[in-house]
Amino acid sequence: MKIDPIHQFNIEPLITLGHIGKHTIAITNSTIYMFVAVGIIGLLMLATGRQLVPGRMQSVAEISYEFVSTMIRSTAGTEGLKFFPLVFTLFMFICVSNLVGIIPYTFTVSSHIIVTAALALLVFLTVLFYGLYKNGLKFFKIFVPSGVPLAVLPLVIFIEVLSFFLKPVSHSVRLFANMLAGHIALKVFAGFVAMLGVSLGAIGWIGGIAPLALTVALTALELLVAFLQAYVFAILTCIYLNDAIHPGH
Amino acid sequence: MAGDAKGQKTGAHTGADGGHGGGFPPFESQYFASQLVSLVIAFVALYIIVSRFALPKVGGTIEARQNAIEGDLAQAQKLKDESDAALKAYEGELAAARSRAQAIGNETREKMNASAEAERKALEEKLAGKLADAEKQIAATRTAAMGNVKSIAADAAGAIVQRLTGATPDASAVAKAVDASLKG
Repeated sequence: MKIDPIHQFNIEPLITLGHIGKHTIAITNSTIYMFVAVGIIGLLMLATGRQLVPGRMQSVAEISYEFVSTMIRSTAGTEGLKFFPLVFTLFMFICVSNLVGIIPYTFTVSSHIIVTAALALLVFLTVLFYGLYKNGLKFFKIFVPSGVPLAVLPLVIFIEVLSFFLKPVSHSVRLFANMLAGHIALKVFAGFVAMLGVSLGAIGWIGGIAPLALTVALTALELLVAFLQAYVFAILTCIYLNDAIHPGH
Repeated sequence: MAGDAKGQKTGAHTGADGGHGGGFPPFESQYFASQLVSLVIAFVALYIIVSRFALPKVGGTIEARQNAIEGDLAQAQKLKDESDAALKAYEGELAAARSRAQAIGNETREKMNASAEAERKALEEKLAGKLADAEKQIAATRTAAMGNVKSIAADAAGAIVQRLTGATPDASAVAKAVDASLKG
């Protein structure tokens, strides 16, 4: 029994739809899980009731609504609510697909850099274009912190510009790396249980208790990480949007 | 495009042995386009669901609840104000009734006192009149008695003097002498 911790990240093309240039466009397992996430969010938000006293699922829908709207208001102000649908979609999509990914044998959409990079670029371009559209050239004030001595200003501006363009990189890699590393660690520790049992027999099964316990603990940690990374992604989005809305620090 | 070439190669490889042992899957660029297209479709679909239907619905529910709570609180406040006002009116009426009762009591007491006083005065006057009459009568009786005593004494003195001297004394001298002795 060979245990390959990387196997879970494989993309399996299911139906090839066609080609764009040299690129093959196919429905893959990743596609399926993206739409699973969309379906779960759609069900959660639309199929739940509108009672005055909410039931469980309605509470979850309302808590996520209030959670995201509070997050936006506290970081980007009331004007940030313009981006409520965007931030809510990002947060729910990442959170739900991360949580679905913890179920064994499923696929984690955000464990692929291309997905997180696309989402981070979406945020980056939104910030860039909305900032320029709303503030015009004043948007570039975000590169010029106030109260910096003239002598070091060029250096500061250089660092600010660099950090601005590195934001989408850190934004996407953080989510991608967290999901990837967490799932590899889970798979490795879970693999130990089976490996010990198969190779050492009865002693191995007893020895497998420790990695099994660790796997349970790691699963709990991964549940936290799945939510936390979605939260971090969403709140960073809010902070970047705040730059676009109020560029004058 | 070097990535693409590599992607094609590993793609062939993974196809051969069921997806095992290829490159590191998250960096296999041959699937990037598929994932991007899927992501765009899924994300746009979710964005439309969220912005058109989900957020207005949930937001509306939350707002309706907020309004219901505020309405109920306002109504409760109104009812509380009403009951407070009723209580205040009741207390006011109670205080008015109490002061009215006190006033009636005082008035009655004063009237009774006044009539009792008047009766007492009338009685006292009557008694004083009777007393004065009685005293007058006593005085008259005493004067009369004293007059009788004087004339008896004068007669007795005159008789005594006549028996002793044989001469009849002067009546006025006897009366003078009796007066003097009575005074003495």
